Amino acid sequence: MPRVHRRQRTWLARFVRHYPLGAAAGLAILGLASLAALAGYLAPYDPVANDFGAMFAAPSARHWFGTDAFGRDVLSRILYGARTALLVGFASSLVGATIGGIVGVTGAYFGGTIDLLIQRLADIMISFPIIILALAIVAILGSGTVNLIVAIALSFVPRIELVVRASALSVRETAYVEAARAIGARHWRIILRHMVPNVTAPYLVMLTAFLGQAILLEASLSFLGLGVNEPTAAWGLMLSGAAVEFVERAPWMAVFPGLAITLTVLAFNVLGDSLRDALDPRLRT
Amino acid sequence: MHGSQAPGGRPEVRLAAVLLTGLLVWLLSAPLSAQQPRTGGTLTFIVSAEPPSFDAHREATFALIHPARPHYNLLVKFDPLSYPKVVPDLAESWTISPDGTTYTFKIRRGVRFHDGSVLTSRDIKASYEKIIFPKGDVVSVRAAAYTMVGSVEAPDPATVVFRLKWKSPSFLQNVASPWNWIYNADILERDPHWYERNIMGTGPFKFVEYVRGSHWVGARNEDYWVKGRPYLDGYRAVFIGNAAAQVNAVKSGQALVEFRGFSPPQRDDIVRALGSGATVQESGWLCNNTVVFNSKRKPFDDARFRKALSLAIDRWGGSTALSQIAIVGPVGGLMRPEGPFATPQADLEKLAGYGHDITAARAEAKKLLAEAGVPEGFEFNLLNRNVEMPYRYVAVFLIDQWRQIGLKVNHVVKETGPYLADERAGNFDAAVDFNCDFYDDPDLQLVKFLSVEMPNGAVNALNYGGYIDRTLDRLYDEQSKSEDATRRMTLVRQFEKRLLDDKVWQIYVLWWKRIIPHSSKLHGYKVGPSHYLEDLQDVWISE
Repeated sequence: MPRVHRRQRTWLARFVRHYPLGAAAGLAILGLASLAALAGYLAPYDPVANDFGAMFAAPSARHWFGTDAFGRDVLSRILYGARTALLVGFASSLVGATIGGIVGVTGAYFGGTIDLLIQRLADIMISFPIIILALAIVAILGSGTVNLIVAIALSFVPRIELVVRASALSVRETAYVEAARAIGARHWRIILRHMVPNVTAPYLVMLTAFLGQAILLEASLSFLGLGVNEPTAAWGLMLSGAAVEFVERAPWMAVFPGLAITLTVLAFNVLGDSLRDALDPRLRT
Repeated sequence: MHGSQAPGGRPEVRLAAVLLTGLLVWLLSAPLSAQQPRTGGTLTFIVSAEPPSFDAHREATFALIHPARPHYNLLVKFDPLSYPKVVPDLAESWTISPDGTTYTFKIRRGVRFHDGSVLTSRDIKASYEKIIFPKGDVVSVRAAAYTMVGSVEAPDPATVVFRLKWKSPSFLQNVASPWNWIYNADILERDPHWYERNIMGTGPFKFVEYVRGSHWVGARNEDYWVKGRPYLDGYRAVFIGNAAAQVNAVKSGQALVEFRGFSPPQRDDIVRALGSGATVQESGWLCNNTVVFNSKRKPFDDARFRKALSLAIDRWGGSTALSQIAIVGPVGGLMRPEGPFATPQADLEKLAGYGHDITAARAEAKKLLAEAGVPEGFEFNLLNRNVEMPYRYVAVFLIDQWRQIGLKVNHVVKETGPYLADERAGNFDAAVDFNCDFYDDPDLQLVKFLSVEMPNGAVNALNYGGYIDRTLDRLYDEQSKSEDATRRMTLVRQFEKRLLDDKVWQIYVLWWKRIIPHSSKLHGYKVGPSHYLEDLQDVWISE
């Protein structure tokens, strides 16, 4: 165990040294996660409490980020909105990447008709842009947090499946997989024991890369009225409705959630890029 | 050299004088000619939701009436330009018997459906029988509004007779309902559900296409029975749900109008952008948001719980605040606050949730919750419609009001079709609902609140709450039959007290205020308290 810890520490130190931007992004994401977790303590107001005496209040000492059309504190809604963004982002990426990974490895291992069917289905799904596919799924399932997670996760599956399958194909041809087959190991044992651990790197890279996209998708769908429902604090939702209508009168209603989305997606993308560079042996110099 | 010449003697001066006079005459006459209806052009307007079906007899939403009403005619109709005057439509005239129980309508001859078939009284009778006496699984949401009708007869092809069981003061207005589209009797005989999926009427515009999520198109009926109408070549209803996008569409001229209404800031935004190119019309609105409770589910079956929910709402504060950002406005009882049956302020303030002391009301609400055994933090779903204005605003307001008495409310938002389907099937705890109408009369506005199973065995398809209250049914019947205006008013107040204060089967939130900012190119349109009346027959655009 101490050896493992030491190895992890060494990897982390090397990551920070070689990818300072990625490390900074990771730190920012950790900070955001902490803010989201502590929103209950940090938020100055209840994020759903209407205050008709403070409608459209400009940023001030009382309301640092101002208030919205219902007099709700924008800072509090951004802090609580981080929970929604991270919940939907992590859950949909995790579900999408895991399903995509399992399907990709299964297709690569079995090959033949199973792989052919999976690939054609993936081709069909990939022919739709992610946002269109997610929109269609939400239109069928209806709005709400759980449906949003399902819609985003499903639209990620074929994209992750392709990447993981490509790695799994080369693993399938390795000698130890051949050996496991030769001694009569069961298919699922070979997949889980020998193949899955060897496609973890692309899986993790895709997971991180799609996190930013998932947050952006959540914001986009909520903005279109198909995501999280009012009065839940969600950044995309905060940008829609009154924020658009009153953008001249109360620009803070759109500026702060817009900034939150931009910075968070940027952080996830930078971290994802750095992780990809760090984990992909082909990109190591 | 100075020469003398008679004024106007020089040819160039005479020519200039003639040209100037001509110019003056043209300039003076220009505004007058601009008021003359112009034929041609396509009107593009916004509809903010998709129709659940194409059958007006079973629907109650603008999402159907706005795009599809121009394909149909009524027996008689409200004149959109001089509301609430009732004028002939397919009936060219009518007579009422001295005792007020027999209405005889003479049907216009030579009217053809869009498929070329000739309209007769048989079509009127078949349409009204579908509305008043629906058979089998046919849904008619307004059957309960016609309990006074004993029979509909068609003694000859040009005559329709309604025989009433009692004299009904508002029967003619009830017949002018914009929902009572006249269908083809042969088609109804073959398939009473045909009109749920198809369009075929006698109206000023023929159906061209409906592309879900995009648009609905109508083209001028060249054989329309009103000579010289319609003025428009056609219309295009574009479905835009997002309120900001609607405003942008009007600002940019991509659409000329939205026939429901905009909020005050949206109006100001449009006027700022269009300047003199915008015309603003405003009116009270025979429309409001209600909340319907599913009385078959616990704890909504307990009047104390329902009353607590009403008591928690600060209607007066909500009206002041929300009217600045949404299309909601006045606080009122069951009848329109600006209308002839409006609840007097003193009576209104005695009803649960209408007092000015919200602190005391919420204290009472908490007490009632405790008595009903509803724990702090009790959670329920509030079904709502995916129409931003004003449903989203009203829901945010309500959820906050109920949060303040310790309740946790999950907001469930659905498209208009699934939302109405859930209401009808009873798949909800509580739902943001609406009670919009076309004429101020208790016979119309109170129907929604009658028992789901009527004493005569008919089903009240507008009662989504699923309750039976024979006292309400009796009060409704009595007011409907009453010829004494004062007595009728008293009965309406009793009905209101029982519904909103004693039993609290449903509650009213806020009434709406109608603001229509539209392009000045749109003519022949006058805003009124109902957003259901426009058939586009007399509408024209100036360029």
